[in-house]
Amino acid sequence: MRIKLEARGQQSKLMSYASPVLAAVLTLICGALLFWILGKPPLQALHTFLVMPVSDPYRIAELLVKAGPIVLCAIGLSICFRANVWNIGAEGQLLMGGLVGSCAALWLLDAEGVWVLPVVLIAGVLGGAAWAAIPAFLKNYFNTNEILSTIMLNYISLNILLHGVHGPLKDPDGFNFPESAMFSDWQIMPIILEGTRLHLGVTFALFAMVAIWVLMSRTFVGFQIKVLGGDERSAHFAGFKEKRLVWLCLLICGGLAGLAGVGEVTGPIGQLVPNISPGYGYAAIIVAFLGRLHPLGIMLAGLLMALLYMGGEMVQIQLDLPRAITGVFQGMLLLFLLICDVLIAYRLVIEKSVSKTIEQPLRIEPQAIAIEGK
Amino acid sequence: MVAQNSRLFLDGISKSYPGCLANDGISIRVEPGSIHAILGENGAGKSTLMKIIYGVVKPDGGQLYWEGQEVQINAPVDARKLGIGMVFQHFSLFQTLSVVENIALGLDQNSASDLDKLAERIVEVSTKYGMPLEPHRLVHTLSTGERQRVEIVRCLIQDIKLLILDEPTSVLTPQEVTSLFDTLRQLAAEGSSILFISHKLKEIQSLCDSATVLRAGRVSGACNPRQESTTSMAKMMVGDETQISSEYPKASDSQPDFLSVQHLNLKTDDIFGIDLKAISFSAKQGEILGIAGVAGNGQSELLAALSGETKLDEANVIVFPESDLTQCNPMQRRAMGMGFVPEDRLGHGAVPDMSLRDNALLTGFLQGLINRGFLKHRAIENFTQSIIDKFDVKCSGQSSLARSLSGGNLQKFIIGREVLQTPKCLIAAHPTWGVDIGAATSIHKALIALRDQGASIVIISEDIDELFTISDRICALFDGELSPIKPTDETTIDELGSWMAGIFARQQVA
Repeated sequence: MRIKLEARGQQSKLMSYASPVLAAVLTLICGALLFWILGKPPLQALHTFLVMPVSDPYRIAELLVKAGPIVLCAIGLSICFRANVWNIGAEGQLLMGGLVGSCAALWLLDAEGVWVLPVVLIAGVLGGAAWAAIPAFLKNYFNTNEILSTIMLNYISLNILLHGVHGPLKDPDGFNFPESAMFSDWQIMPIILEGTRLHLGVTFALFAMVAIWVLMSRTFVGFQIKVLGGDERSAHFAGFKEKRLVWLCLLICGGLAGLAGVGEVTGPIGQLVPNISPGYGYAAIIVAFLGRLHPLGIMLAGLLMALLYMGGEMVQIQLDLPRAITGVFQGMLLLFLLICDVLIAYRLVIEKSVSKTIEQPLRIEPQAIAIEGK
Repeated sequence: MVAQNSRLFLDGISKSYPGCLANDGISIRVEPGSIHAILGENGAGKSTLMKIIYGVVKPDGGQLYWEGQEVQINAPVDARKLGIGMVFQHFSLFQTLSVVENIALGLDQNSASDLDKLAERIVEVSTKYGMPLEPHRLVHTLSTGERQRVEIVRCLIQDIKLLILDEPTSVLTPQEVTSLFDTLRQLAAEGSSILFISHKLKEIQSLCDSATVLRAGRVSGACNPRQESTTSMAKMMVGDETQISSEYPKASDSQPDFLSVQHLNLKTDDIFGIDLKAISFSAKQGEILGIAGVAGNGQSELLAALSGETKLDEANVIVFPESDLTQCNPMQRRAMGMGFVPEDRLGHGAVPDMSLRDNALLTGFLQGLINRGFLKHRAIENFTQSIIDKFDVKCSGQSSLARSLSGGNLQKFIIGREVLQTPKCLIAAHPTWGVDIGAATSIHKALIALRDQGASIVIISEDIDELFTISDRICALFDGELSPIKPTDETTIDELGSWMAGIFARQQVA
């Protein structure tokens, strides 16, 4: 008996939806195994990891607070990925959004009025978009691989941010902690559910989801993006302006990631600190694929990813396990998803017996030219 | 039932793919020394049957008998051991390797180890069969005809008893076809059997001594091609109800120039591409200009330059009708009333993983399908449906992926998409490539109708019969240069054939 992969001929619709579920199940199984190896009762650990984070309304609100920036980044990434623009730089764009937004907030620290928060938010969006404009420019004019440029820019933006909080943006009255001054009330996102940290920024993810869904399914620009990703040569043939589309995808994604970043500093954090994101921009890559690049799927996957972050904190507190568990689960999820995605185009075939080969007497040895004299 | 003297006997071969019965109880007998034609339209099951014989595909039912004994051919290596060789339509050669290296790759270790000895044998075999080859030349420097020789010699170098050729003449000039046929006749005279797959009836008449006609996966007839008329064979291929050929009156030559191309030079970036050299032609309103040529002589480069996919540096190269389009992108050219049908239907003319609806929108977006940047879904559906209805595109609906359509049906869809936009100038490459006769006729009719409405049409094709049928004026492209242009009525197949082989006085450009 042997197992082999056989091409399906066409992609299985069922598998393309079943694959994320299958990946999640496999992640659970291996996660249980992991807890067992670490000497914790697997079921109880899984309960702590996945159920406790959503066991009361406050925690659910916390989950949404975490899901917000992840979904914003993932929605932006999804249109890049649809266009075959492999933007890995949502993290850097998010940090840049947070940084530029914070600069604006600190500059307007004494300003009062409802206009202050929008200005800060717009500054954040522009910061993220400007950061994404760098790889767009490099790709369009120097044919630079955007995977490399966006990854490298992540580190650059992190270091600029660190420079900011350790230097010019540090709170002069902050006892030399690497933090900015606290933002004023006019600069902080209003809380939309009393007693929780659920803030206005979370709703941006919902708006972005609807807006991008309309863009991708109802507009000609969205269609062009899909064609560019589906088949670059056809896009070229139809005369779509590829460079403009690359600009557009990266700028939208950068803007949304920047919004996520500024939403963090003006939301749950309330000031600029060195670590405004526990890797939301990277997690968003997994979320985008797990959600099949579809806004609704991304929403669900984003909630799952937020759960993993919450769970990581829970097991740290309750079971004394390292918080790196979150990263391990993210990694497993992506790995299993990629493995399961093979089944979209291929099916597993189990061959009971090796089929008969050609009968021996008929074997004709290859010889030199022997066509003559037949 | 089993005939001892047959080289190959297929008994009731069946093969089904999901949603399609490719072969349905096919029985064929091939005698030693015979040149046997397998005739059929695209999708009739010819390729599947040949792949079964060559061991690429396993049949679901039926038996294969080789020289009287039942055999199972599980892989091409088994087929080769029996003495079966196959020349595929798309060559499987490594362009950057030499002839001898390419041939060595298909041999077992013993015969492939000594390349010098193999090279001698290649020279020996190739001269013997009138297909001279230089064993140490790199494949990418060979012409298409020579590449085909490499494929054939690769089969002959082993003990060959049955040679399968899948549409071998589609890439050859008429002269090369003649020389290929001489080789095949010589092989047959020595006792080899040949299976010749084609849908070109005239070739089959001149070459083959028996023929099996397939239609929709079944044997629809068997005949001696020499005793049949091409019409009667065509009827067997397509059934009685389809109209198979038409004569079209040629357009008169009184219209002004509509599309004019002056001194088009293009250096290609592709190392295997062809530079275009001083191409000048004009197409008049209400005429079809045919550009013949063997594949790989600059057709794709010319098409890309005309469609605007490749940018040209100079000005005033492409003028239509009176404005300079040279610097316009494909979208602007479409807006001016031009339409294009590219060579590759999948992955150029259509996005494989998108629906027919999306693929209709791909170039049809100027037909009122968009309102302020938003898609008008109803209009897109109507446009798609009219393509499907008017061009008889067989598909399971507008949501079918382009990839799921057969080549011929997708071709009909793409032609329909362009023709229904009623362009003032249509530039089409291989408009009926891989399309069955019935569909080819309807595509030709659509093109003629478009011409009669006053459009100017440029057809780039390898099919000489097609060009003679529908073109009003004709010329050939060779190595990036254009031959003289003559009215179709005033030229002959021989003259066009020699143009395709590069025999024409080079145009003197001031």
